[in-house]
Amino acid sequence: MDSTAIRSTGMKIIQAVGLVLFLAGMLAFTLIPFVGSYELDSEMVTAQTKESHREKMLEILEPMYGKNYSSNFSFLSDFNTHFDDYNDEFKSNQKWDEVIWDDYRFPLAKAALNSPVKDSPWLCLSLSIGLIVIGGLFYNLPKHQDEPAGIKHNGIYHSAMKNRGWLGILTGSYLILFYIILYWFPAYLVNLVSMVDPLSEILSGNPASQWFLYGLIYTLAILVMGIRMFRKYRGNKYQQLRTASVMFFQTAFAFLIPEILVLLNQPYYDFKNIWPLDYDFFYDYQISTFLSSGGMGLFMLIWGILLIIIAVPTFTYFYGKRWYCSWVCGCGGLAETAGDPYRQLSDKSLKSWKIERYLVHSVLVLAVVMTALTIANYFSSFSLLGNITNQLHSFYGFAIGSAFAGVVGTGFYPFMGNRVWCRFGCPLAAYLGIVQRFKSRFRITTNGGQCISCGNCSTYCEMGIDVRWYAQRGQNIVRASCVGCGVCSAVCPRGVLKLENGPEEGRINDLPIIIGNDSIKLNA
Amino acid sequence: MSTSKHVVIIGNGISGITCARHLRKLDDQVQITVISGESEYFFSRTALMYIYMGHMKFEHTQPYENWFWEKNRIELKHAWVKTVNFTSKSLHFGSGEQMNYDELVIATGSKPNKFGWPGQDLKGVQGLYSKQDLELMEETTKSGVEHAVIVGGGLIGIEMAEMLAYRKISVTFLVRETGFWRNILPKEESELVGRHIREHHFELKLETELDEIIGDKSGKVIAVKTKSGEEIPCQFVGLTAGVSPNVDFLKGSGLEIGRGVKIDSFFRTNIDHVYSIGDCAEFKEAPAEDRKNIEQVWYTGRIHGEILAHNLIKKPVPYRPGVWFNSAKFLDIEYQTYGQVPADWDRDQVKNFYWEHSGGKVAFRLLMHSDESILGVNVFGLRMRHEFFDRAIREKWSGEEVINKLEKANFDPEFFAPYYKVIKEKFAADFDKNISKVKLSWIQQLLGARV
Repeated sequence: MDSTAIRSTGMKIIQAVGLVLFLAGMLAFTLIPFVGSYELDSEMVTAQTKESHREKMLEILEPMYGKNYSSNFSFLSDFNTHFDDYNDEFKSNQKWDEVIWDDYRFPLAKAALNSPVKDSPWLCLSLSIGLIVIGGLFYNLPKHQDEPAGIKHNGIYHSAMKNRGWLGILTGSYLILFYIILYWFPAYLVNLVSMVDPLSEILSGNPASQWFLYGLIYTLAILVMGIRMFRKYRGNKYQQLRTASVMFFQTAFAFLIPEILVLLNQPYYDFKNIWPLDYDFFYDYQISTFLSSGGMGLFMLIWGILLIIIAVPTFTYFYGKRWYCSWVCGCGGLAETAGDPYRQLSDKSLKSWKIERYLVHSVLVLAVVMTALTIANYFSSFSLLGNITNQLHSFYGFAIGSAFAGVVGTGFYPFMGNRVWCRFGCPLAAYLGIVQRFKSRFRITTNGGQCISCGNCSTYCEMGIDVRWYAQRGQNIVRASCVGCGVCSAVCPRGVLKLENGPEEGRINDLPIIIGNDSIKLNA
Repeated sequence: MSTSKHVVIIGNGISGITCARHLRKLDDQVQITVISGESEYFFSRTALMYIYMGHMKFEHTQPYENWFWEKNRIELKHAWVKTVNFTSKSLHFGSGEQMNYDELVIATGSKPNKFGWPGQDLKGVQGLYSKQDLELMEETTKSGVEHAVIVGGGLIGIEMAEMLAYRKISVTFLVRETGFWRNILPKEESELVGRHIREHHFELKLETELDEIIGDKSGKVIAVKTKSGEEIPCQFVGLTAGVSPNVDFLKGSGLEIGRGVKIDSFFRTNIDHVYSIGDCAEFKEAPAEDRKNIEQVWYTGRIHGEILAHNLIKKPVPYRPGVWFNSAKFLDIEYQTYGQVPADWDRDQVKNFYWEHSGGKVAFRLLMHSDESILGVNVFGLRMRHEFFDRAIREKWSGEEVINKLEKANFDPEFFAPYYKVIKEKFAADFDKNISKVKLSWIQQLLGARV
């Protein structure tokens, strides 16, 4: 064997090892929630419940004290029996004030847990998430090592993972299940959360919540798959820079800074999250937090408002919505890294474009109405609508915040592409899109008559834009949904597409003329 | 003028489909039928390779959704035309059906060249032009092919090599010329592509001609023999020495045929109400000094279709080609050309400027007339603006003016290396001209790729 062959075999071995480590880590991560036993005592209940509920909760859960439960299923099922017995009685008598609405399952399960995971969190973290990360790096780093820089889309439609094959279906189902448990049944994840407790203590001084666990996984997914992007797009500076940018913003702004703020006794705040994506920004408890946290809180409130009213229109005017969606945003960050293998699965039909416009703008309207009512209610000291805004918040949080953005938004990557949420649901994307469509210098320029209608641009557009439709008629692409990822330009074999900021004049050419025909001037 | 005449177009490639679409744009009444035996719907032939390599599915190569045709009242007929009766103005299909026309457009495209090599019809020997060719290639190379020989170093040849590499089939190129695509590309560009071909581990045999293709008893290819007597064992042979008009079914029908369907500059054949466009047509006189009688690229096919549609509805105009342009991709290296850059030129009449990046994958050539007005450019590994060069060539800018404004021609994505900067510097040095310096923005300097 010559040296390149040895090298190439070496790379394949490293990749195979990576795959094994990744799968071992996934297996550990999946099994960890089922480890250990649960034993509740009255001290835990005292520590974990609100003062107003404490006495009742101590009474309700009394039969469980000292009992050893061998699994989370038996513990939570017993908990539910006792708790529901209590609540159901008041509910049937319509004594709503007596009903305990708070969900104590997660904190109590976490307190009651006895497991090796809790005893050796660092070891378990290394064997699960650690192996996943190392395996992912081993698998991704040697990629395309021996190939010249270029487009690496070979075999995508022959892949069981990337073309809705069995692996894609399995991955999607796993993600959907994970999101459902995370959002609505986090008590089943207490082992995993305990596992990251020590890390959380270091960063914020507090034990972890399921959101810390989620934030950690999310950030690592962006980092590992971001490195994959560096390999895949070697030689394409635009792709590399924007990938580095989302990796940075996720790690620093979304993950580390908010935790450190908490350590410094400041409100938890992600400085790059913008209403209405950050839909609870104007909720009364948020406003109270900002107003009661001194100078820093006030700064956060003003900063958040400035982002909405100044940064979004200004930056979008100069650079298009890409400045946020594919360079800064966390949802975009995950889509552009972990979601990249699935970008080709977005629906390009005219019908889906119609659905998209109805849906995404409806969510925007809903978010605006909800927020307006919330603010009005806040300033009228809740005399206007009372607790109705709370109902609205829980509906929005459930339907949009959790089900749409999380379960569908990420769980559906392997089925409908990596930008389902951004395209059909994100109210901020809708707002940015309106600015981009009507008042911006950004466009994708079509290079004269060079298009050969091959379809690579449309196929790899994650937002489902039929880029070719415009390119083949020599028309600039000016679309509200375009997040400016630049992949259409990258995959074009004829150098037809260029993302540009330029004068507004001539940006939208509805009746383009294709260059190269001197016999007649015609509109495509 | 509105009309309800029936225009029948044989062939649903870019020429025929463009013609059909523009007919409908120009006239609401005209009855339009497009016939194709190859595929039910229009697809982009240039994308066939991507289907093979798993970049796309066949449906992705169809530029219009299936409802488009009915909505625009363009009738599609999925059948092969067997014969045409020009006296009764009728088409006869393989199935025995027939169809009448008022105006007939022949846009049947091409077929791969076969020059009568012994063994050229063996199993495992094929060209790549049609959907059927792709299906055959997928079938043939599914298993049992370890080595392939590609005869002819052109654009389809290099696509075929890239496709075969995806299936881990090694490839030997037999190229008659002294360099890859040397009949079109100047020496340096040809060498640049040659190096890149070898970087992809393909074997490139220059100045080598095919003598015969050898088969086994079952009629399957087992080797090729070159004119120098070398025998290369292989299980697949790609014939990519160009294409020629697909007009066999029209021979002897009364239609004047040379290599293709003979047409004048209005796309008219020798028979009234019969026209021909695209790469099956052969102009009796070359449309322009720098044009061939048969035009075989995507863009010319499209432009033919646009003009013929106009001519069938409005006052006919002759075909006047604009400034020549073309593009291709050689594995990972993109190529664009504007204006005239012949493979070789007379040093007394043409001034030459060539810049190549030290990495050997990016290059820029500018040819000028002796008065230094621009003749054309070749661009490799770089993207440049069609509009810029269309104007520069049309308005006969001097080379100096072109180079002075070169940053405006740049079409590379943001943050890519500013090659135009060093091209300007080299031009200034080579021609002793005062060329304006490029000032890069601070963000480009900070984050952008370096030359």
